[in-house]
Amino acid sequence: MSSKNPVRTAPHFVAEVDEGGLGAVDAVRVSDRKSNLWLDAWRDLRSRWMFWVSAVVIAFIVFVAFFPGVFTDVPPNSNCILSIQNEQQAEEFGLPIGTRVSDHGPIPGHPLGFTKQGCDVFSRIVHGTSTSLSVGVIVTVLVAFMGIVIGAFAGYFGGWIDSLLMRLGDIFFAIPYILAAVVIMSMFLHDRNIWVISLAIGFFSWPSTARILRSEVLRVRNLDYVMASEAIGLSKVRTMFTHVLPNSIAPVIIISTVGLAGAITAEATLSFLGVGLPNNLFMSWGNDISAAQTSLRTAPFTLIYPSIALSITVLAFIMLGETVRDALDPKARATR
Amino acid sequence: MIWYIVRRLLQGIPVFFGSTFIIFTMVFAMPGNPVLRMFGDRTPSPQQIAALEEKFHLDQPFLSRYFLYLGDVLQGDLGTTYAGQSVNEILARTFPTTLRLALLAVLIQLIIGVLAGLISGLRKGGIFDNATLLITLVIISMPVFVFAFVAQWIFGINLGWFRPTVGAGAPWSDLILPAIVLAGLNMAYVVRLTRASVIETNQNDFVRMAYGKGLSRGRVIPVHVLRNSMIPVTTNLAADFGILIVGATVTEGIFNVPGVGNELFKAINRHDTPEIVSIVTILVIVYVLVNIAIDLLYGVLDPRIRYVK
Repeated sequence: MSSKNPVRTAPHFVAEVDEGGLGAVDAVRVSDRKSNLWLDAWRDLRSRWMFWVSAVVIAFIVFVAFFPGVFTDVPPNSNCILSIQNEQQAEEFGLPIGTRVSDHGPIPGHPLGFTKQGCDVFSRIVHGTSTSLSVGVIVTVLVAFMGIVIGAFAGYFGGWIDSLLMRLGDIFFAIPYILAAVVIMSMFLHDRNIWVISLAIGFFSWPSTARILRSEVLRVRNLDYVMASEAIGLSKVRTMFTHVLPNSIAPVIIISTVGLAGAITAEATLSFLGVGLPNNLFMSWGNDISAAQTSLRTAPFTLIYPSIALSITVLAFIMLGETVRDALDPKARATR
Repeated sequence: MIWYIVRRLLQGIPVFFGSTFIIFTMVFAMPGNPVLRMFGDRTPSPQQIAALEEKFHLDQPFLSRYFLYLGDVLQGDLGTTYAGQSVNEILARTFPTTLRLALLAVLIQLIIGVLAGLISGLRKGGIFDNATLLITLVIISMPVFVFAFVAQWIFGINLGWFRPTVGAGAPWSDLILPAIVLAGLNMAYVVRLTRASVIETNQNDFVRMAYGKGLSRGRVIPVHVLRNSMIPVTTNLAADFGILIVGATVTEGIFNVPGVGNELFKAINRHDTPEIVSIVTILVIVYVLVNIAIDLLYGVLDPRIRYVK
């Protein structure tokens, strides 16, 4: 139904339709809204408060990750002192000489207090944001890329390629990815960085994305427009990229948003276990929480604050993922 | 049914060899000497190097190394830790505790999760439903170690309801708090799955039919609604188990539960790579076997699945 259809003026041979009620119906110009899956989803998203809350929180987190200097000018890792030693430090911190700074509560200029090593908790949280976020994004992109390529080839070409790729997926799926990452990270003791940890996490989490995309491709490839595309002579690969993939990508977007939250959790968990990023080079919430566990009785805030930061970040991405899922998947709406 | 079992077992074979092979490759296909890599910061004594080279059959070509190592693992020889303890003994000592913890966790997660999911599914949109959705969202977004610390801090240290860490012998009463934490991970998913499933089942004709022929709610809900809603929850148990393994490592480490996860946790902290590799290999093998077992169970519960493809 296109809105550009003119009112029907063709001659009628049986009866004058225009005179009756039918003609009136026929004559109505339906200026229907432009509509497709993505526009519908966007309209749906726009009307949800959960989407806006998570979007604002995520925008804020991204801003903190890019511009930590806006929020704190205290260096996160240097200038850490265990106790006030001299006049100058006493002046700087506003505390008498001899006070233990380690695990000390909040003072002006240091709103969340100090870690066991005497570093500023707030500054470490602010500077840790970019680590969490980069690992999350890199893993998500990696997993989406591997999942899309493997799933699309398996689903579209079928046959032995499908069997081979999906059995490979079964094998990777059979290893809990955190355990695999633990092994990889313990083999990389000296050269751990954001890329290594992202690879370690992402390399074992692609099968679920691949499976979902494959089943979606299997559905789409039997639709008429795919047959039409092949009939007019487009190559299989070209058809896949121009017609099949764009129409089967929606579930991957859903799983990737939730997956980003999962990747952030995985990084924090690995860092917590002690096979994450090196403590002295990277600010990582997982490392901070891990280091603070001995102070749980005496200075619980050193553990609670990074935990809150981590949970809020993960929560924001999960909320975004859920709203995106509801918007893109009409079936999920039914049971909401 | 027999064919379903045979087919599922056959499918398990490549997965079994593939997953153990991948772990083996991750350890030995890295650039540099794998044995030196395992030691990280430490300088190993020549005896230690020789022992590890012998254990992993480093004088053999890569593929035969893998099969020799797998043969050792299957025969029950898992090597030793740096301190010279046998990994077999460690596993034999710690496994029962982990099993008890996991059982308790699965029990808690199923009882509370299914109950909460059922109630919120039946009263969709009510206060209980919205509260449950909110709570599950919060629990899902808390990484397991954060959840564990919060529980330890509130219930163990502040309120004093439970012992913050598990005492000697790991009595059941001490395992409750870690089990709740471990259950919390999957509970949120169980609640949501049950809820969605109950809502869907409730719309079925057979439910209306059951009410129509005069059955009471007390009969329809447990027999007709709940039973049919449990199928997706059962399927999800396999995925739950993977989360449980990782969760157990963290939870046991934090609450000092003397289980397999705690051993892995300590091995990671000590950079005891040979022990890490042994324990992870065993855990992956257990995971593969449990997955097959759950699939077989699923085939028993839902006859339709046996005939698909």
